[in-house]
Amino acid sequence: MTECQYLNRGQIGVYYPLMTKLTKDDVLKLARLARLRLSQEEVEQFSKEFTEILAYVEQLKDTDTEGLKPTYQVNGLATVTRSDEDINYGTAQKDLLSNVPRTKDGHIQVKRMIG
Amino acid sequence: MSGWNEITKIADDVNSGRVSAKENVKKALSAIEKNKEYNVIISTLEEYALARAEHIDSQVKSIKSAGRLAGVPFIVKDNFLAVGSETTAASNILKGFKAPYTSTAVMRLEAEGAICVAKANLDAFAHGSSTENSDFMTTKNPHDKTRVPGGSSGGSAAAVMLDMVPFALGSDTGGSIRLPASFTGAVGLKPSYGLVSRYGVIAMASSTDVIGPITKTVSDAALVLDVMAGKDLLDSTTIDREASYTNLDCSLVGTKIGIVREYFGEGLDPEVKSVIETAIDVLKKNGAEITEVSLPSLPLALAVYYIICPAEVSSNLSRYDGQRFGHSVKDAEDLLDSYEKARAEGFGAEAKRRIMIGTYVLSSGYYDAYYKKAALVRSKLIREFNEAFGKVDFLLGPTAPVTAFPIGQNIDDPLQMYLIDIMTVAANLVGVPSISVPAGSVRGLPVGLQLMARQKADAELLRLAAAYEGVR
Repeated sequence: MTECQYLNRGQIGVYYPLMTKLTKDDVLKLARLARLRLSQEEVEQFSKEFTEILAYVEQLKDTDTEGLKPTYQVNGLATVTRSDEDINYGTAQKDLLSNVPRTKDGHIQVKRMIG
Repeated sequence: MSGWNEITKIADDVNSGRVSAKENVKKALSAIEKNKEYNVIISTLEEYALARAEHIDSQVKSIKSAGRLAGVPFIVKDNFLAVGSETTAASNILKGFKAPYTSTAVMRLEAEGAICVAKANLDAFAHGSSTENSDFMTTKNPHDKTRVPGGSSGGSAAAVMLDMVPFALGSDTGGSIRLPASFTGAVGLKPSYGLVSRYGVIAMASSTDVIGPITKTVSDAALVLDVMAGKDLLDSTTIDREASYTNLDCSLVGTKIGIVREYFGEGLDPEVKSVIETAIDVLKKNGAEITEVSLPSLPLALAVYYIICPAEVSSNLSRYDGQRFGHSVKDAEDLLDSYEKARAEGFGAEAKRRIMIGTYVLSSGYYDAYYKKAALVRSKLIREFNEAFGKVDFLLGPTAPVTAFPIGQNIDDPLQMYLIDIMTVAANLVGVPSISVPAGSVRGLPVGLQLMARQKADAELLRLAAAYEGVR
């Protein structure tokens, strides 16, 4: 018995039957969207883990949220503005470029994007 | 003497010339050196700190005061950009990244004379509850080297409890300040969302990220908050602050505290439960009015969090693309190759996991079912919290369902690891302040008591925590 036996998932929240099965193909598609290159092992491991995690979070689908609006942020602020003036942040261009892997004439150099 | 005085005394000693800032910095550096086996520190800022100390000492000589935190050494979690230091977020993708500017929180503390001496270990990008997800090392719990200190601010909590410094900064997105505080016996404060500027702190989940202090006493936490809190032009999510957070005079008599029923279900370790029940008795004996409240949607909070958090993480981590900073690939074939390889090589497993789950729940066809639904249930949770605060002024529960678990126990089971956050995530989703204070221990392992107050009622919360600390 592990020390976390009382944390058995069946006791915390409800454990729904697996609604969504993520195939290896699904995982590869997601990896492409997220610009991540995964190894074969990672693809297998992640598709197993995601299926479990998604089963857990899917509990929400039957929750009654009638009459509610979604909350995306909790400080009650919206469209915070400042005056349209130049601000000197005290950080020089060279400082901000100091971590760039490849620069040329003060520009950030990247692979060809168009054509 | 190995321990530290409370912060006001440390600053007073420096400002009066009784103790030099240099002495304090040397003491901190020596404690860091002595405790290497605990894997707490990623990098030390020895040269910087000693130079700062010299500056503070000469300031004291000339104008007799270097600020409210004069000569007080502190440590920050390595997701805080600070004073040109290497800032890694404990991830290989940022190894060697030097901070080109300093976070507002650190600037405000240093403006009052505090001295940043080191960067502490964390779960990489703050993804985790134990520091086992750090790409570099796992921090050990000061009470038991075979156990985790909690996470993700595990390094910060261990630093304070090993007496390296009197306070450390952490970040709390789902419990990452409060959980390690609970596991190590520290005080960990998660202020109201927006109260402390996040400028210069590596973002995890922008609608729940909060930064706060880890200390040994409530009054120390209150002072650090008082110095850091307040609107910042550089962080447009910051809110107005109260005038002072350091007035901690408070009587427990008549204080209305609600015990959250849903926190005391089957998932709570019975021995942890018993420590919390003792704390409740202490509060009752000292005049608090304790009632039971219910937050019926609380069991869903973790599911809401593990949709919203990865979604926001997937967005925030998209900037690590190997083009402008961080790990990059020298022999990429084309742009896509340079993105995919840099990210694959630099990110650890948990970062990848969260990015992909986030990508999934935000992708077209799934957005409504997952992310929007989670945002709706979040509103439901907020409504229930507001209803509860209509009846009581504070909410109470354990900080964690367990005490510090052994290193390696949960690392192969991500979902099991996520369940450790079950008590803490609600406060992040709702935006209310929450504090973990030491309440006792189970077989030598600390147990934290979690107290929550209404949004923006941080001063009140600190008063309650101080009052409990005084009678515990």
